[in-house]
Amino acid sequence: MDIGEKIAAARNRKGWSQARLAEAMSQAQTTVSSWERGRTEPSRADVVRISEVLGVPNLDSDAGPGLQKAPGEIEDLIRGRLFPFPGQHFLSVHDLNRPQAEALIDLGDAFVALSRQRAKHSDLLAGRTLVNLFFENSTRTQASFEIAAKRLGADVITMNPGASSIAKGETLIDTAATLNAMQPDLLVIRHKSSGSASLLAQKVDGSVINAGDGQHEHPTQAVLDALSIKRALGRVEGLTVAICGDILHSRVARSNVGLLQLLGAHVRLIAPKTLIPSQADRWGCEIYTDMRAGLEGCDVVMMLRLQMERMQGGFVPSTREYFRFFGLDREKLAFAKPGAKVMHPGPMNRGVEIDSDVADDPAISLIQDQVEMGVAARMAVLASLATRLGNLR
Amino acid sequence: MTRPFAFTHVRLVDPESGYDGPGGVIIRDGVITDVFRGAPPALSPDIQVIDGLGQMLCPGLIDLRVKTGEPGSETKETLKSASRAAAAGGVTSIVVQPDTNPVVDEPAMVDFILRRARDIELVHVYPAGAATRDLGGQEMAEIGLMKDAGAVYITDGDRPIVDSKVFRRILTYASGFGMMVAHRPVDPWLAKGSAVHASEFAGRYGLPSVPAIAERIMLERDLAIAEVTRARLLVDQLSSADALESLARGKAKGINVVASVSINHLSFNELDVGDYRTFAKLDPPLRAEDDRQALIEALATGLVDIVVSAHAPEPAESKRLPFDEAAPGSVGLETLLPGLLSLFHDGRMPLTELIATVTLKPANLLGLKAGRIAVGAPADLILVDLGAPRLIDADKLLSKSKNSAFDGRRLQGEVRMTLVDGRVVFGG
Repeated sequence: MDIGEKIAAARNRKGWSQARLAEAMSQAQTTVSSWERGRTEPSRADVVRISEVLGVPNLDSDAGPGLQKAPGEIEDLIRGRLFPFPGQHFLSVHDLNRPQAEALIDLGDAFVALSRQRAKHSDLLAGRTLVNLFFENSTRTQASFEIAAKRLGADVITMNPGASSIAKGETLIDTAATLNAMQPDLLVIRHKSSGSASLLAQKVDGSVINAGDGQHEHPTQAVLDALSIKRALGRVEGLTVAICGDILHSRVARSNVGLLQLLGAHVRLIAPKTLIPSQADRWGCEIYTDMRAGLEGCDVVMMLRLQMERMQGGFVPSTREYFRFFGLDREKLAFAKPGAKVMHPGPMNRGVEIDSDVADDPAISLIQDQVEMGVAARMAVLASLATRLGNLR
Repeated sequence: MTRPFAFTHVRLVDPESGYDGPGGVIIRDGVITDVFRGAPPALSPDIQVIDGLGQMLCPGLIDLRVKTGEPGSETKETLKSASRAAAAGGVTSIVVQPDTNPVVDEPAMVDFILRRARDIELVHVYPAGAATRDLGGQEMAEIGLMKDAGAVYITDGDRPIVDSKVFRRILTYASGFGMMVAHRPVDPWLAKGSAVHASEFAGRYGLPSVPAIAERIMLERDLAIAEVTRARLLVDQLSSADALESLARGKAKGINVVASVSINHLSFNELDVGDYRTFAKLDPPLRAEDDRQALIEALATGLVDIVVSAHAPEPAESKRLPFDEAAPGSVGLETLLPGLLSLFHDGRMPLTELIATVTLKPANLLGLKAGRIAVGAPADLILVDLGAPRLIDADKLLSKSKNSAFDGRRLQGEVRMTLVDGRVVFGG
C-alpha cells in the first residue's frame, strides 16, 4: 500500500470527503486528490499533518505496513533509472538536454525512496573518492554533498582551503594540481568567482561538480528545486514559477531559469530594477517590478536570499523598504494561485525577504523538502557521473 | 659607411603618396635615397640588390601604446624582449607607457628608457611620460623636463585622471609645450570592479560588468576640457559605438582631438571571452559586435585615427586565475600587422589607408620622419608576404608573456624582413 492509498483509507474510515480533508489541510482539493491517486507525493510534513488532522498514527512511520519497501525493490528502481551523465563534468544546467534533465530528476526521485529507508546505503560509489572543495563557506550544500556521497559508499574528504591557502598565495590552479595528484574521482567545488568551476575542470582528470561559482551557476540546486516541484505538484512543464529577489547576484536564479525553462515551465523574475541583470529580458522570462502583479497566477514562488550588505543603500535603500515591496508575506502570496508552493534555497533572512509565517507553514512551504531533495538530487548527480566514469576507466 | 642596397620588384605601399603598386627603393646609410615605381632603373654595381619577389614593402609600424615590465616587472617583459617581439611583428617604433615601477614621471626615468633602448639597438623606443606624479592623478609631473629628455607624449596610461581640475591644468600646461596628452576615457565609478562589458552575455555568465556609457561620459568631459584648453588630446583606445558619436561631434566642432583603437577591439567581440577565457579579458573590455563594426567603420572613415597593439604582457600567474581575479590585457606586437591585414583581406579598407593608421598617421602625431617611403625618410621598412597563412600559437610568440587574445586564431600575413635605419633587425 503506498502513501496515497493509506491516506484515502484513513480518510474513508473517518468518513471525510476529499474536500473536507483539503480544507482541514488548507490545501486545494485537487492536491489531496492527486496524493490519493499517487500522482504526487505529500511531503513528510504534509503526512504528519494529515495524520494529526485525521487523528491516526503517523501514516509515514516505519511501523506503518507497506511504506518500507523491500531493499531489492529500491535497488532495482535505482539501477533501472541509472544513466551515464552526458559529460565529464556538471558545471551548468546547460550541460543537460531535456530528456537528460528529466532522467536525472527521475533518478533523484528514486534516491528519495532510498533515503527514507532505515538502511539508506548503496554501493554505487564504492571505492570512489569525492573531494569537497569549498573556498566559500557553506553549511548546507557542503553537508548535503557529504551525506549524498557517503550514502553512495564513497570516501569523502572535505577541504575548506578558503582563508588558509589563499593567504599563503596558493592559487586555485595550484590547489587543483595538488588535489589531482591524489586522484579523486569527483571534485565538488564552490568558489566566489564566476567560471572557477570551469577553470578547475580544465585542469583535473576527475569529474568536477559545480556547487556554486560566483554569480554564475549552482546547477545541483536547480535539479533539487525541479525535483521538489515535481514531487509537490506532479509536473514542471506548463507551471508558472516566479523567482523573486536578488536575481543580479544569484547563481541559484541563473541555474533555475535555465533548467525550469528547459523543462517547459514559464519563468518570471520579480525584483527591484537594480537587482535585475542588464538585458535579462532576453532570457525568455517575464520581468516584473510589482510583486503582486508578478505573483498573479503563479504555481511556485521561489524566493532568493538578499545579502545584507546589498541592502544598505547600495542596491536597495533599506531592509524595511525591501520587505514592503519584495518580501513575501501572506498578503502578497494571496495573489498567487490557490495552493501555490513557496521555496527558498536558504539560508533565509526572515523578515527581510520572507515572513516566518509563510516560510514555516508546511501546507505551502517546500523549504524543508528542498533540503531533503538536495541530498537525493546530489546522489543522482554523483551516481550518474560515476556511471560515466565507470565506462571510462 | 655600409654598402648601399636596393629592394626591387616589391609591391610598394606608401601611405603618404597613396601609391600601391610595383616598385622599389634604394637605401644608403640608413636613409631612403631613391624611390622608384615599376621596373628598377639601371643600378650601379656597388648596390646590393634584394629581389622582393612581389611581396609588400611598406614603412615599419609605429605603435603608440606598448607596455613592458621594465623597470620593475621584468618577469612580464623587458625592453629587450619587447623590442625583439616588435621587430618580428614588423613594428619599428614603439612608445612605451610610463606605468612602470618606478613610474616614468621625471626626466631621469625618460633618460633611463632611452639609454636602455640604445644599448639594445633593435627598434626605436620612445618613452611616454606620466601626466601626474606617481600616476596619482593629483600633482602634475615634470612635463617640460620630460619633453626635453625625449618623452613623446604624456599619459597616465590605464588610469583616468578623475579630478577635472587636475586634468584641465595638465591640458593647459602641456599645450604650452606642444605636448600631446593621451587619456583613457572611463568613468572609474561605473567601471569599478568590472571584468567585462555589460550585456546579456555578462548577465548570463555572472560576471561584474561595465556599461559602454562609462566611456562616453568621461569622453564628453575630456572633449569639453580639450575644447577650452585647445590642447591636443589623444583619446586612448576607444571601444564603444556610443563614444564614437561624441568623438564625431567633437571633431566636427574643431576640437584638437585624435583617437586610437586597439587591434583587439577591431578583431574580437565580447563573445570571444567564451568559457571564461582570461586571454580575452581586456581593459577596456571587449564589447558587442555592433561596437566592433562601428569601430571598423570609424577607422575606414578616418574618425578614429590610429591603431595600437595595446601590448600588455601578463605572465601565466596573472592570467591562470578565475576570470574576475585575472589581470586584463593581451600581448599584441607580433599580431598587430596580421590582425590589421584581416581588414584588407576582408575588403573593409584599401591597403594604403589601412597601413597609414599604423605608420604615417602615428608618425605625424609624434612629428617623426618615419612612417612613409620617401627620399630622406629613415629606412624603417618591412617586407611582408601578405597572403601567408598562419595559425597563431601564443607559446611561439617572442614576448616573455604569452597572453595573446589571438591564440588559436587563423590570420594572413607574415613579416619576412624588418629594417630599422637600414639595419636588418628581423628576417633577411
